[in-house]
Amino acid sequence: MTATAPAARSAERRPQGPLRRAAGALHRRPRLRLALLLTAPLLWLAVLYLGSLSVLFVSAFWTTDSFTSAVVRVWSADNFHALVTTPVYRQVIVRSVGVALAVTVLCAVIAFPLAFYTARVARPRWRPLLVVAILTPLWASYLVKVYAWRLILSQGGLADWMLRPFGLSGPGFGLPATVLTLTYLWLPYMVLPLHTALRQLPDGLLDASADLGARPGRTFRSVVLPLVLPSLAAGSVFTFSLSLGDYITVQIVGGKTQLIGNLVYSDIELNLPMAAALGTVPVVVIVLYLLAIRRTGALSSL
Amino acid sequence: MRLTRGVRIALRTAAALGFAVIYVPLLLVLVNSLNPDRSASWPPPGLTLHWWSVAWANSGARAALWTSVKAGLGATAIALVLGTLTAFAVARHRFFGRGAISFVVVLPIALPGIVTGIALNSAFSTVLKPLGVGLGLFTVVVGHATFCVVVVFNNVVARLRRTSPSYEEAAMDLGADTFRVFADITFPLVRSALFAGGLLAFALSFDEIVVTTFTAGPGVETLPVWIFGNMTRPQQAPVVNVVAAVLVLLSVLPIHLAQRLSADTATDSRA
Repeated sequence: MTATAPAARSAERRPQGPLRRAAGALHRRPRLRLALLLTAPLLWLAVLYLGSLSVLFVSAFWTTDSFTSAVVRVWSADNFHALVTTPVYRQVIVRSVGVALAVTVLCAVIAFPLAFYTARVARPRWRPLLVVAILTPLWASYLVKVYAWRLILSQGGLADWMLRPFGLSGPGFGLPATVLTLTYLWLPYMVLPLHTALRQLPDGLLDASADLGARPGRTFRSVVLPLVLPSLAAGSVFTFSLSLGDYITVQIVGGKTQLIGNLVYSDIELNLPMAAALGTVPVVVIVLYLLAIRRTGALSSL
Repeated sequence: MRLTRGVRIALRTAAALGFAVIYVPLLLVLVNSLNPDRSASWPPPGLTLHWWSVAWANSGARAALWTSVKAGLGATAIALVLGTLTAFAVARHRFFGRGAISFVVVLPIALPGIVTGIALNSAFSTVLKPLGVGLGLFTVVVGHATFCVVVVFNNVVARLRRTSPSYEEAAMDLGADTFRVFADITFPLVRSALFAGGLLAFALSFDEIVVTTFTAGPGVETLPVWIFGNMTRPQQAPVVNVVAAVLVLLSVLPIHLAQRLSADTATDSRA
């Protein structure tokens, strides 16, 4: 008994189970640890996702057999040529970018006073609650929010009822309804960065501007606006790119309006290469937008 | 900035109007679920709970809800594993292509859903079809997990950046091995970030429609797909109204949980 006790104690101090040995090996080899950490995510994201994405974009250079609509793997830039020359495609692309820009501008115009109120005018005690009030709709289902606007804009709906006393009727389903609904959907993405930026605005700068004789309007233009511009740009990345890729909203409230997404959708069955070529358009536009925005320093605050 | 009384009142009015515009549509959905009429004309002729019981008995909506929950749980589980692994790699190691990893993780949610959707669709049909596996719930889970990884990753990476490694070093100095350190120190430190990330991932998956449309097999219908399919059918309108109202009511739940959890991780990473 007494002879085994020291041995047992030393075994307790240095247990040599396989688990312990694996732990030691992992501890000594950070590269092995890194490899184990990264293998599964890389297989999933780099191989599965990036792989299928690149195949899709490569297939934009293929064509289809016009009879069987099977994909023919012959290289050609025909799809991109059609994209630029076909009037329908050109129209839809311009319309989609226009809708995305309109939504972005509307969001900025609506979000600014809202964020200014929640960040600087409302009593500090209420501020966290107001932020929650802006955030909550983000958790409500996308589809339900679009459906709500379908209800509002439908014939005899809330919009018609509210405008009737003025002798007007609601806009109905169409392009204005699409812009309106998309603005509603993405508004919180614009309000939140603006709120944060306005919150962080140093009071001293505003006081200094006032001391130097600037009226509120001048202070707003020369001090507030330049300082919150990066956040405005960050918010616009969301409003712009989310609007550009959307094709469900326009199906629900857009009437017969077509955006890029609808064209992609209608081409998938019969002409996948054309759909892929059309799909590159929002991606390229969004990347160009990001490059333009990067100059404002917005991406670091994203 | 000193605001004049007029500007102050103008801002207050604008904010009140803004909040009204944000909440009126959601309230309308709630009221409309009590509308006895099949049309959406305003004001409703009366209020009734009749459609709530009809909706409760609707097998299509119930099956779709169940499918959504299964897809959401599956995608969340995968996203938790992949997102956490990636977060640990990026936060704790320096290696070539580290910046690119954060970019690849964000990509599935940054690109339009339709692009991700058709890319996965054509990949599934070329790779899985020869193996005799068709599109189904499994492919929906794979698609959802792909864009859910980012929210888990963001939450966990933010938490790891803010926690000092000295706790883990102390545990190691005291003789704990790698697994013991993870179980006793690291995991408790990131647990709430994992919970917040998982909540966001589930919400994201539960709400998704575009990628779902392209990755779901025949007969696999999540709740958003069901709503979208039945929205324009006048016969189904009252049931859709009730389902929409339920979803509006449910959306209060995660914000409440997230708020209680920790303001910094859960609320600002939805984007």
